[in-house]
This record gives sequence, structure tokens and C-alpha cells, in this order.
Amino acid sequence: MTPPQRRRRFPKQEPPPPPQPAKEGVEKAPERLYVVAGPDGERADIDLVTLIVARADPPASATPEQSATLRLCAAPLSVAELSAYLNLPFSVVTVLLTDMLTAELVQARAPIVRQALPDRSLLEAVMHGLQRL
Amino acid sequence: MDFKGSDTIPGPRSEDHLPHTAEAAVKIVIVGGFGVGKTTMVGSVSEIRPLTTEETMTQAGIGVDDNFGSDTKTATTVAMDFGRISITDQLVLYLFGTPGQERFWFLWNGLFEGALGAVVLIDTRRLEVSFDVIGRLEERGVPFVVAVNSFPDAPRYPIAELRTALDLPEEIPIIECDARRRASSKDVLMTLMRFLHALALAKAPA
Repeated sequence: MTPPQRRRRFPKQEPPPPPQPAKEGVEKAPERLYVVAGPDGERADIDLVTLIVARADPPASATPEQSATLRLCAAPLSVAELSAYLNLPFSVVTVLLTDMLTAELVQARAPIVRQALPDRSLLEAVMHGLQRL
Repeated sequence: MDFKGSDTIPGPRSEDHLPHTAEAAVKIVIVGGFGVGKTTMVGSVSEIRPLTTEETMTQAGIGVDDNFGSDTKTATTVAMDFGRISITDQLVLYLFGTPGQERFWFLWNGLFEGALGAVVLIDTRRLEVSFDVIGRLEERGVPFVVAVNSFPDAPRYPIAELRTALDLPEEIPIIECDARRRASSKDVLMTLMRFLHALALAKAPA
């Protein structure tokens, strides 16, 4: 028996055409569904694996979501885990954390992202850690 | 969605807390079709019970009469399971199992861009669902390895035949695995890490 064969998607040589204006009634920008995080503004650069740590006790003005976040982040916790425990979508947690970072209620420890030249010592550290599993 | 209030939310168990010394995290994405065993693989190596992050996608209804300004929307909830492996007291690795459809990838900002690399998990009974995934990873320049989850009733092909079918160059590892077994899933992750390490060496010779 022969497996099915993949047909390679050749990358386009020309740059993609400029985006067409959205057709009326077909596709619109997604609408904000939640108003958990107060006034909308710029969102902080938050990744799923940014580690969040509480740096203050909940102020009297804290929302329930902020209080819960501060309680959960007594020890470092990733944004993905926060989203899971708070049972809130990632995008909502991002907005929530943006406000809390501005208010200096929490601290963010940035993730290490893939670079053009990956750090070999980082890869080796991960390999050693996995070996011990 | 009702927010239950800060006191009723179960947080991590005390043994699931990261040490205060945890400084940074890295991630690996496990990508594959529905039912291929992504969550099983995450669960078999994770130090915590796999958790789920959700995102909601809305789409305007099609064929709505605009004269009345009504817009019927449908919301789809997309879930992504993930697990965690502490590498050192400072470094943490997260594993995300994500659906193969590209439209879901944008829901989690930088899911692939920030990842060390990816594991494409495939089921030989439905090999063709992995074709698009592999094409997209190639276009995005995300390094990946292919793991064949060995289901008992799935057809078994020699690796060389799979390589031809998937149209993959010789250097991209293809390995068989049993996603239920910790040792096997660990082998898959080690294969990816060795591949990434070899790429790093090739780019910047010692």
C-alpha cells in the first residue's frame, strides 16, 4: 500500500496583492466580547509563556479578576496558566495584565524567543533538562 | 461567561508552583489534526496535569441583509491544551498542542514565532491532514520534526516511504512514537532539540 502524496505549496514569487476591502456583510473585524479590563489602550507585549509575578497586595479598588490574578501569581505563573485557571480567553488576560503592569501590581518576566541565531547554550540547557525526565 | 470571583478559583496545587527563581520560559508547539494525540503527548511528559487556554473567534454572519444593520455572528471557541516541564530553577519549558488550521494560530499572539520549534504529530490513517500543516511551517520558517503516532490499527509505512509521501528533505527527522508513553514522547522532544542544535551549529560553526 502506498501512502497519499503531499503536493508542495510553492511559495509565491510575487508579493501578495494588497488586502481587498472587506466585502460588506461577509467579514468584519472581530468585535470585543469582554469588558474585563477597563479602558482600552495599547496592549503590552505579552506572550503565552511570559511569566507573571505579583508585586503588590490587591488595592482596595482591585476588581475580582485583579485580586484573583494577584493571588495566583504569588509564585511566577505563565500567562497561559493564568488564562486556564481564571477561565478567561488569552486575549482577555492580555488586556487585564496590560492594566496591571501599568499599575505596577504585577511584574512580567519576558520569554526567550527564537532568534535568527538560536542560543546554543539555551538549547543545550533544554536538552539536559529533558534528559532528566 | 461568568467570572466566579477571586475566592472560588482553584489555583495551582502547591506542588505545581514554580520556584521564585523562575526567570524565563521557552515553548515548543505540537501541531496536528483532531484526535492525533497532541494532548496525550503533552500529558505524558508534563509535570502538571494538562491545562487548557481558550480563545473565542467571531465571524459575521453571511447573507445578512445590511439594510437593517443586523449582524448575526457566530462565535467559535478554540481550545489549546498545554503542559509544563521545569528545565532548571530558572528555566521552564511549555508544550502547546494546537490544531492544524492556520486561522487558529493567530488567536494566540506569537504562538509559532516565539517557539523554539514544532513537532508535527501524524496519524498514518489520515496522513493528508498533515500536508497543509507542513507547508505552513515551511513557509513560516519554523523548524520542525515529524512524529508518527503509532496507532495499533494504522497502516505502517517505511520511514523512507513516508519521507517521499510528505516530500521532506533528508535532514528533517521523522520518527515513530507512542504518544501515551513518557519515554517515547521524551524521545520525540529530544529529537527536535538535537535537530535545532544541529541547525544552530550549522549557522554558527564553533
